[in-house]
Amino acid sequence: MVPTNYYVILSAVLFGLGVFGFVFKRNIITIFMSIELMLNAVNLAFVAFSQALGKLDGQVFVLFVIVVAAAEAAVGLGIIILIARNRQSLNVERVDLLKL
Amino acid sequence: MTPQLLIFFVLAALAVLGAVSLIVQKHPIHSALSLIVVMVALAGLYLLMGAEFVAAVQIIVYGGAIMVLFVFVIMLLNAGIEEHTSLSKFAGPPGLLLVVALAGFLAATIARSTGTVQAAAQTGTMSSTKGISNMLFRDFVYPFELTSFLILVAIMGATVLAQREKS
Repeated sequence: MVPTNYYVILSAVLFGLGVFGFVFKRNIITIFMSIELMLNAVNLAFVAFSQALGKLDGQVFVLFVIVVAAAEAAVGLGIIILIARNRQSLNVERVDLLKL
Repeated sequence: MTPQLLIFFVLAALAVLGAVSLIVQKHPIHSALSLIVVMVALAGLYLLMGAEFVAAVQIIVYGGAIMVLFVFVIMLLNAGIEEHTSLSKFAGPPGLLLVVALAGFLAATIARSTGTVQAAAQTGTMSSTKGISNMLFRDFVYPFELTSFLILVAIMGATVLAQREKS
């Protein structure tokens, strides 16, 4: 039996790496993949607590998170295609219309 | 060390290495392949926790559908190696420091509260997949129906966004 703490710490580490990728990377596709990594880290915490409490609510929530992630991926990749078509670049620093 | 703990450490190391590789790699295709490694390792962890259905969905939906969509878009846009400006290179070290602080704070805060979680735990036999289907179609039936609406809206949004404008 693995202690729940270990799963939670792993989840926090993965979430932190996702945040770092989100802030540091410049390619918009990689930034989007970092968001998926953060969602995965949260899913891990959900399942770990579901197992610790002996209730299935956490696992049902993970299914909802996965559905939302799939919908988000479809819309987000559509937006990325649009940006790439309008800017001829995937670098987020080229998308600075709102910048002073 | 029990075999379960050994499997946990192997899968956790695989997941963390994959996540680090996702950030370190310069080419988006390599990042996408690293993310697939993370997702397969997480599916293994779900199996270890006795959540077979979630593990299967993780492999099929995340590792299969979503990542194929990512790889498809990377190839469609012919994405190359990312370029860094001097400012984003400078922002790396302080950002890393802040992220370590964030992860440490999150882990410490949640891990301190898991003591009460384990105290509240009730040992019951839970057959995972059957229980999930019972909850999904009984207690969570309205959210479940709403997700189908969400997916419909997402399909329409993606179609409208990606279609070429008529001139």
